[in-house]
Amino acid sequence: MSCDTNRHYPEKPPAVYLFGTCLIDLFCPEAGMDTVRLLEREGIAVHFPAGQTCCGQPAYTSGFPDQARAVARSQLGLFPGPWPVVVPSGSCAGMMRHHYPKLFAGDPAQLAAAEALAERVFELSEFLLHVAKIQLQDSGRPATVALHTSCSARREMGTHRHARALLDQLPDVKLVTQEHEPECCGFGGTFSLKHPAISSAMAGDKIGALKESGAEAFVSADCGCMLNLNHTLQKRGDPFRGRHLATFLWQRTASVDEIDEIGKKTGEAP
Amino acid sequence: MNARERQSAPAAQFGQRAAAAVADAHLRKSFRGAMDFLIARRAAQFPDAGALERQRALAEQIRQYSLARLPDLLEQLERKLTENGIRVHWAEDAGEANAIIVGIARRHAAKRVVKGKSMVSEEVGLNHALEAAGIEALESDMGEYIVQLDGEKPSHIIMPAIHKTKEQIARLFAEKVPGARYTESVDELIGIGRAVLREKFMRAEIGLSGVNFAVAETGTLCLVENEGNGRMCTTVPEVHIAITGIEKVVEKLEHVPPLFGLLTRSATGQATTTYLNLISGPRKPGEKDGRNAELDGPKEVHLVLVDNGRTQAYADRQLRATLQCIRCGACMNHCPVYTRIGGHAYGTTYPGPIGEIVSPHLIGLAATHALPTASTLCGACGEVCPVKIPIPDLLIRLRGEAQHDARPGHAPLVGQGAARSALMDFVWAGWAALYTRPALYRAFAWLATRFRALTPPVQPGWTASRTPLKPAARTLREQLLERGERN
Ligand code: SF4
Repeated sequence: MSCDTNRHYPEKPPAVYLFGTCLIDLFCPEAGMDTVRLLEREGIAVHFPAGQTCCGQPAYTSGFPDQARAVARSQLGLFPGPWPVVVPSGSCAGMMRHHYPKLFAGDPAQLAAAEALAERVFELSEFLLHVAKIQLQDSGRPATVALHTSCSARREMGTHRHARALLDQLPDVKLVTQEHEPECCGFGGTFSLKHPAISSAMAGDKIGALKESGAEAFVSADCGCMLNLNHTLQKRGDPFRGRHLATFLWQRTASVDEIDEIGKKTGEAP
Repeated sequence: MNARERQSAPAAQFGQRAAAAVADAHLRKSFRGAMDFLIARRAAQFPDAGALERQRALAEQIRQYSLARLPDLLEQLERKLTENGIRVHWAEDAGEANAIIVGIARRHAAKRVVKGKSMVSEEVGLNHALEAAGIEALESDMGEYIVQLDGEKPSHIIMPAIHKTKEQIARLFAEKVPGARYTESVDELIGIGRAVLREKFMRAEIGLSGVNFAVAETGTLCLVENEGNGRMCTTVPEVHIAITGIEKVVEKLEHVPPLFGLLTRSATGQATTTYLNLISGPRKPGEKDGRNAELDGPKEVHLVLVDNGRTQAYADRQLRATLQCIRCGACMNHCPVYTRIGGHAYGTTYPGPIGEIVSPHLIGLAATHALPTASTLCGACGEVCPVKIPIPDLLIRLRGEAQHDARPGHAPLVGQGAARSALMDFVWAGWAALYTRPALYRAFAWLATRFRALTPPVQPGWTASRTPLKPAARTLREQLLERGERN
């Protein structure tokens, strides 16, 4: 696992591809929509290749590399232009950036394509901070939040640093740090289904730490963690919730007009 | 399942044991506290991230270099040790290792073996074998002594009794140590233990130890320890038997300090241990006389080099990295799963992330295939591993090997495909069919969103502690299409 501490960032592009991820597409589309809104406000056109489905990570981490490769291969050709590929999920971004080259190591033809794609993959917060060089104008009420990043987002993409820097741009947002901040929330994809007792103990501990931090909500750059924690909270009848970073940033920085324009929200957080 | 049952059940029942351990609030609290302590101690030793990275890169190189030359280095080691008067034995498996050691003990008509800490002796079940042969095995490491006294197994490779509280040890000593009174004073408890342990060295005919590094060029066995019991075991009895895995060899003495420095700091957060024993042979004629008591030592020194499945890992380019391990335990200290369930739940000699990647080679995938799944792949282990073993990648690989036949050109692992399930093959084939066909996926997503009210209220594994996952009213792609987005 290698974190890109010395990554070279390109100039701000006129357009990007959005890789929406399977979880966001089906379960958290608002996070995807808010990603688009943030990018467009920066003057960046967003292309959403219709053929995209999933990065292949679920099969890859479950020990089904052939199936993962088949799905990954079907994604390789979807981004022909020179634009960056923005992924509003650290773990999917990490999959495409760090694991695609391993997945195609035995297939020279695909490997070149996988490596070229990996080079252009950016996790959302990294892209906003270092490529779009976004300057956020906070218009929200004072709020205290904690940040939870997924483990692969942290270790493979450095998301905790990027997200923190973005939140620091918001003067009325107080960012608090929970105990055991870098520790996993217990999601782990199919781990949460295979080892529910361990997974729920980890989720419970994470929730306890987040609440004890004094935060009124948490922010995450990954839908996997967010779904794990929010659905655990909902089962417990606890109103504490997490929001995707894109949604949080958008809601705090959108003007009243912008929000009116969006109109009826279609996504529902649990 | 009580604590005792939890540690004696085979690795195959991992899920049940883990669930029982998680439900044990006391155990969770004590492991969390102990791991937090060790994490903080380690962190304090590595204030400079850049320096740490350079040291890890060097340690990784040393271990990879040693493994690349393993057959040659083992030959060289045997030659050098023999020259130094140390007898070398090769054990292909646990049974052979035990037979060799029991044989040596019998030749000396030994009744008692005093043992320093050795995970390889745990791995081969040596205490059992000795007892079966009517030979008493006396653990002399404080932690090992405590777990032995209570009829348990170690729950951590560095701190075997870390699962026990001061109160539990107090009760144990009061019950089992003749003449000991109940006390919760840690100093007094250590005093009681020490008194018993000291006695053992005087009574044992054979001392047994592990080895941290075996230096091929000089024929030196390095033993890292804190309590001085390792030195006692290797010097007081007339016979010293060292036992270790074949992967522990390094070429040169100068390869030891970088590994040693990372081992102690990663393991216990110590800049160095109290003892670093360099053993280079039995005592020479004339060394043991009244004047020169310092220069005494055993009359006979043996080294048992154990394979026990290591060559299986060695034979595979990727899995070979498993053998880089220097057994520091940092991966388990930082593992959120180990922290929740403790060491006994794994049911194997080596728990935690290192156990998950090494146990399949030692005892086969049939008994251990659940272990590589006991990870969220969070990467904490790989991040702290001082020799940079890519543990998450190896976990993913082993998950695959457990569910499929060997890939063409690869020899099957022991227990290859043991977790194969027609259901999972079907699920993932279906998954791939869906996600490689965008039109099919769109149809699926359309249905899932339109019929979201029919989302199953019980989703196995998920809804035990969570509300059901329910598709949104409209997918992202539909919402973008509505907005007039076109590719
Ligand atoms: S795998 Fe790495 S971290 Fe774990 S015990 Fe071995 S050397 Fe230490």
